Amino acid sequence: MKETYYNREDLAKFGDITEFQEELGEKFFNYYSSVFKEGALTKREKSLIALAVSHAIQCPYCIDAYTSDTLKQGCDEEELMEAIHVAGAIRGGASLAHGVQMMNQVKDKLM
Amino acid sequence: MQSLLKQKHKLSSAETQLDILTDAKSAGIPDFKEKLTKSGLYPLKPVQLDILQVNVGKLCNQVCKHCHVDAGPDRKEVMSRETMQHCIDALSRSDIQMVDITGGAPEMNPDFRWFVEKVSKMKRQIIVRCNLTIILANPKFYDLPEFYRKHKVNVVSSLPHFTSRRTDAQRGVGVFDKSVKALKMLNEVGYGTDPDLKLDLVFNPSGAILPGDQAALETEFKRRLKTRYGIEFNGLFAITNLPVSRFLDYLIVSGNFNEYMNELANAFNPMAAQGVMCRNMISIGWDGYLYDCDFNQMLDLKINVRRPHISDFDLIDILNRKILVNNHCYGCTAGAGSSCGGATT
Repeated sequence: MKETYYNREDLAKFGDITEFQEELGEKFFNYYSSVFKEGALTKREKSLIALAVSHAIQCPYCIDAYTSDTLKQGCDEEELMEAIHVAGAIRGGASLAHGVQMMNQVKDKLM
Repeated sequence: MQSLLKQKHKLSSAETQLDILTDAKSAGIPDFKEKLTKSGLYPLKPVQLDILQVNVGKLCNQVCKHCHVDAGPDRKEVMSRETMQHCIDALSRSDIQMVDITGGAPEMNPDFRWFVEKVSKMKRQIIVRCNLTIILANPKFYDLPEFYRKHKVNVVSSLPHFTSRRTDAQRGVGVFDKSVKALKMLNEVGYGTDPDLKLDLVFNPSGAILPGDQAALETEFKRRLKTRYGIEFNGLFAITNLPVSRFLDYLIVSGNFNEYMNELANAFNPMAAQGVMCRNMISIGWDGYLYDCDFNQMLDLKINVRRPHISDFDLIDILNRKILVNNHCYGCTAGAGSSCGGATT
C-alpha cells in the first residue's frame, strides 16, 4: 500500500491519544462529547458547523467523520455543499478583508 | 432495472448471501453469535408473539436499490387466497393483535383487499407497508386512501428523504414527486391528523451509513414536509439497512461492505439486542413458510420448529423456538436498534 501522511484507518484510532497522556485525553473526549450533545443548537446544526470547520481547517479525518455524520442526521448533498461554501466564503473573505491592510499601506507609501 | 433474480445475479441465491455473511473473519468482525453470548442472550428466544408480519408477495411497481426483498415488476411470487386463509385461521386461534402486511407492493396482490377486510372484521390492528407510488400507479388504486381509512389501517410508508434527490437516488426517478402527491391524498382523507388514522414514515439511509437520531430526524422531516408541501404525518421510523440482497450487492460493488459491517458491529448495543423484533413477531412468506423476520425470509432461514408453515401454526412451538441469527443481525442491534417499527431503545 502506498504510504501517505494521512491514513483513513487512523481515524478509528483517535481514541488512542489517551495512551500517552490519559488525563488530558479523557478531559478532551468528555468535552468533545458534551459539545456535540443537543443544546441550544441541534445535533444536526452542530454537525453541519463541524463539517464546514473541517474544510476550513482542512482536516481529512474530520471531513470523513462529519460527511458521514451529517448524512446520518438526514442532511443531503445540497446542505453539505452549502455548509462548505460558508467555510469558503469566510476563508475567502478573510483573505480579501486583509486587502484593506494592503490598501492602507499602499496609500501611506505612494503619492 | 431488473431484480437480481431476473438478472440471474449470484446474490439472488440465499445460499451465496449466507456464505458472505457467515464469514465474519473476512469482514474483520466478531461473529454475531459470540456477541449475543457475551450479552447472555444466546440462544436468542422469543418473549411473546404480538405481530404476524405477512409478506403477500414480491411483486412491486418499484425497483428500489436497497430492497432486501429483491422486489420488482418482474417478480411474480404472490400469496394465494388459500395461504391468506391459513393466516386468518392462525389469527383466530391466537390473540395476536397486530397484522403487518408487507411486500413488494402488497396492494398488487389480487387478494390484498379481501385479506385486509377479513382481518379488519377480526378487530386486529392492521399495518400496511405502502410504498405510496402504488396509489398513483393505476386508477384502480386511486381509492386506496379511502379503503385504508375505512379499515383504520396504519399506513407505514418509506420516504428516505424530504428532497427528491436523495429519495429518487434510492427509489427511482420521479418517486419523490409521486410520494408527495400520495401523501397529500392520504392527508385529505384524514391520515396524519385524525387520531384513528396513523400515517408513519420510514427513513432509511440511502447509502452505507447508519441512521441518526430518530427523534431529531422526525422533527426535521415534519418541519420540512409541512412547510414545503403542507404534509402531516405521525411518526418517523429510522431503520438501518441490513446487508441483504440488493443492499448487500450495493455494499460489495461500492467497496463499502467491510467498513459497513464494522460500523454495525462496533455499534452493537446489548439493550437493542434485547429488544429485537424477532422476539415478538413472526414473518410469513408468500408461500406460507414461517421465518423469524422478513430478512431471514429473504435468506431462506425458515423458523426453527418442526413444521415451519402457517398451515401448521403452533403457538407453543413458536414460543419455544430458538431464533436463527447470522451476521446480518448486527443491523438490528446497532446504535439505538432497528426494527420494522424503527429504533428499539
